[in-house]
Amino acid sequence: MQQPILHVSGLTMDFGGIRALNNLDLDVNEGEIVALIGPNGAGKTTFFNCVTGIYKPTKGEIDLYQKSRNTMISLLGMKPNQVTAQGLARTFQNIRLFSQMTVLENVMIGRHCRTKASILGALLRDKKTMQEEDQIIQISHEILTKIGLIRYENEIASNLPYGAQRRLEIARALATEPVLLLLDEPAAGMNPQETIELVNLIQEIASEGQSILLIEHDMKLVMSLSERIFVMDYGKKIAQGTPDEIRNNPAVIKAYLGEEVDA
Amino acid sequence: MFTLEEIKRSFLVSVWFVFLTFPIMVIRVDSIEKTVQWRWMNVFWVALGTFVLSFVFRYMMRRKEMKSSDEDEQGDATGRSFLHRWLADPKYRYIVFGSLLAIAIIFPHVFSTYQTSIMTTALMYVVLGLGLNIVVGLAGLLDLGYVAFYAVGAYTYALLHHFFGIGFWVALPAGGLLAALFGILLGIPVLRLRGDYLAIVTLGFGEIIRLVLENWGQFSQGPSGVSNIARPGFFGIEMSLDTALLYIFYLMVIFVIVTIFFVNRLQDSRLGRAWIALREDEIACQAMGIDKMRTKLAAFALGAFWAGIVGVIFAAKTTFISPRSFTFIESAIILSIVVLGGMGSIIGVIFGALILILLPEYLRALSEYRMLAFGAILVCMMVFRPQGIIGSIRRTYTYQNKKKPDTKVS
Amino acid sequence: MDYFIELLFSGLSRGAIYALIALGYTMVYGIIGLINFAHGEIYMIGAFTSFIVATILTILGFPALAIIVLAGLAAVIWSASYGFTIEKIAYKPLRHAPRLSALISAIGMSMFLQNYVLLAQTSDFLPFPQLIPDFDFMEPIAHIVGSSDMIILVVTTLVMIGLTLLIKYTKIGKAMRATSQDRTMAMLVGINVNRIISVTFIIGSSLAAIGGMLVASHIGQINFYIGFIAGIKAFTAAVLGGIGSIPGAVLGSVVLGLTESFATGYVSSDYEDVFAFSLLVLILIFKPSGILGKVDTQKV
Repeated sequence: MQQPILHVSGLTMDFGGIRALNNLDLDVNEGEIVALIGPNGAGKTTFFNCVTGIYKPTKGEIDLYQKSRNTMISLLGMKPNQVTAQGLARTFQNIRLFSQMTVLENVMIGRHCRTKASILGALLRDKKTMQEEDQIIQISHEILTKIGLIRYENEIASNLPYGAQRRLEIARALATEPVLLLLDEPAAGMNPQETIELVNLIQEIASEGQSILLIEHDMKLVMSLSERIFVMDYGKKIAQGTPDEIRNNPAVIKAYLGEEVDA
Repeated sequence: MFTLEEIKRSFLVSVWFVFLTFPIMVIRVDSIEKTVQWRWMNVFWVALGTFVLSFVFRYMMRRKEMKSSDEDEQGDATGRSFLHRWLADPKYRYIVFGSLLAIAIIFPHVFSTYQTSIMTTALMYVVLGLGLNIVVGLAGLLDLGYVAFYAVGAYTYALLHHFFGIGFWVALPAGGLLAALFGILLGIPVLRLRGDYLAIVTLGFGEIIRLVLENWGQFSQGPSGVSNIARPGFFGIEMSLDTALLYIFYLMVIFVIVTIFFVNRLQDSRLGRAWIALREDEIACQAMGIDKMRTKLAAFALGAFWAGIVGVIFAAKTTFISPRSFTFIESAIILSIVVLGGMGSIIGVIFGALILILLPEYLRALSEYRMLAFGAILVCMMVFRPQGIIGSIRRTYTYQNKKKPDTKVS
Repeated sequence: MDYFIELLFSGLSRGAIYALIALGYTMVYGIIGLINFAHGEIYMIGAFTSFIVATILTILGFPALAIIVLAGLAAVIWSASYGFTIEKIAYKPLRHAPRLSALISAIGMSMFLQNYVLLAQTSDFLPFPQLIPDFDFMEPIAHIVGSSDMIILVVTTLVMIGLTLLIKYTKIGKAMRATSQDRTMAMLVGINVNRIISVTFIIGSSLAAIGGMLVASHIGQINFYIGFIAGIKAFTAAVLGGIGSIPGAVLGSVVLGLTESFATGYVSSDYEDVFAFSLLVLILIFKPSGILGKVDTQKV
């Protein structure tokens, strides 16, 4: 049996009187690519924000698998940085790079939570600290090579082409060694060529055993990548299943056609 | 650029400013003697000044726009000045720092005691600037009450000496640590706030410290201040005033070097990167696993530490301190140094401090306009050159990896 | 009991002045999300302008009422012009820059204006003529409530009502509210956002000018530094009420005015400014959204 690594149950989030998430259940198993889809405003990003500790959910359980102890631990009440340290890394729908830092430094920041040099270490530059620094640079370098951004390594992040910025977000998240990688609309705003490259990249990352949960509007991407799909509308889960099941699900078709008629 | 249209625009601008500044610049009244003084010449100066400045303003705006579109195409090659490339080369860097050090060593022997004393003050501001640079430049936290930590350091020494006769060398770390402690105590509640609130709260905190010092007579001796503070000792040797000032100058040179050394190391460390990331994007920073509070507190405490250290030296140098030395103006001067030099740039801050402290001293006629100029500098730098005169450049890294030596030429 | 009422009224009139300044902070913050540090200086320039005009008119022998009206008018015109110009020079070019840049620019502008008035006028305290006469009908209670306290309260109330009507019912008021909610969207529906921002600065500066004149006449002296402290306090009031909220600014100002009045009256006058700053720090720590402010959820 597959090991579930993220287990969310009964997740509810209220903003004032508005219920943005309503009793949501969701599971991701080890090594899986799972997609979360739904019309605009369905609550997908809110879900990410709750899971990563940026919002405090009103109700519900969020558990993440801890390999070292072989148990699930609850992420409730943790600050975003603690959630990341537990092994949940994300990208952002609107790119949020450290725009004045170089590409390499952006990735190096991702290593922050896996290292622990202190002020004293920074001042004294003892052997341990320097080894750690070398290791940070080394790993970041390798990640950039894998993601295909190595030629931009010393560029300022904001000078990168759009598609490369999106990939850099992924690289940065990978540097935190996540148990589960959350991608928030990784293909948004990309042209078809860039999207194809992105699909290949995600597949490559997944082939190394990385579990991925992604939000995406590009149905071709979702259908070709994901093993399972969750569909949300108005804060509720309206369907889940394999791509084929979702494609023929009447509730999903209604939710999406409804949107198209509106638009 | 001197088309008729442009001249017309500048003319209108100058008419507007003549109107705008009319009551303040032209009229001066005495409500007791009941006299009015009309300074019509000022109309002319304002008109002429704003006419010229409006050309300059438009020219600079155009240049800035052109530059930003340039940079998009050419990457960061244009962003690096001659000086940067020059200083990036370690060979030149050693020459520069070596000659600066040589100048510092012979300086008091060439110039008068008075000049040396001014230079000591300038060096103190270099350290203050580098300290605030950690907070504002690296971590992006606008601290407008930085002078409070400076005051904590100065009063630590003054009062320890006054009440317990404690010497400079014991007070020095004590002042720094106490200032850092204040930084942490203030930081814990305040650093949760958004940037602009932080600015106001730190401003308020700076004022509170000053007001307490002024009003709590038994503790701080109130507005009259603490006098007869001992100068730093040197293995118990008695020194004449001149020798003591010389000694403080050299101490200050050493402190500047130590500060540069430490700040440079901090900036290039794991913590330094976290500060800059925090400045760039708080949410993304947290999502990358960085503890926002701890990182901010570290910046705040370290910045405060340096202010405290300089405070102790200040008290020892002047031998007299009062709350008047620690007004908001001091914070504003230090902020101007950081902004002019370049936020996040060590070399920039050093130059900024030397320019802003030495220039008004040597141009006595202009010293009256000092704060006016500082205000204008803050606005102009932000509008036209937010990176400062010598902006920081991001470090590039080399690899131990044998397969891929660092061959990238930037 | 008389002492209590005296403090109550002095606190209320204090609060009313803070409110006139705090509204400028809150309106500008609502529209462009910036703390206009130079706002206190606008208030100071308003006080200076009214001082200069009032003195000239007194020398020329104008009647008291004409002096009040004309000095007030001049203060409003020039303060509004300063507000308008400052925005164009120091804030507009930074609209898309990082927040920190705009803040530093605002602080620079504040320093510049302070020293500009210091150099062009004087660093001394200037005796401000008492513009508001002591009314006869106030005579029986004059030892508790001064005439100028009364005038300040009345004028402020009228100004508040006017502002509320303006924002609620006029076209420009609607455009302002729309811009503060979503600038891009406001632009898309054809609102000239630049114009709305200018109008906001002009209105905010005018209110500060009225405050400047009233307080100068009430206290009886001015100098170049009055804007700095008043600015911080008014900002405190705006934050206390919930920055961005207009009724909040008024409420916060009254609370701050009363706190200061009672604290200095019953505790100690040495620490007058410390009370305000401490209140500011406490609010920001425990309820940064203020009394009437909305909790803003950060968009991710």
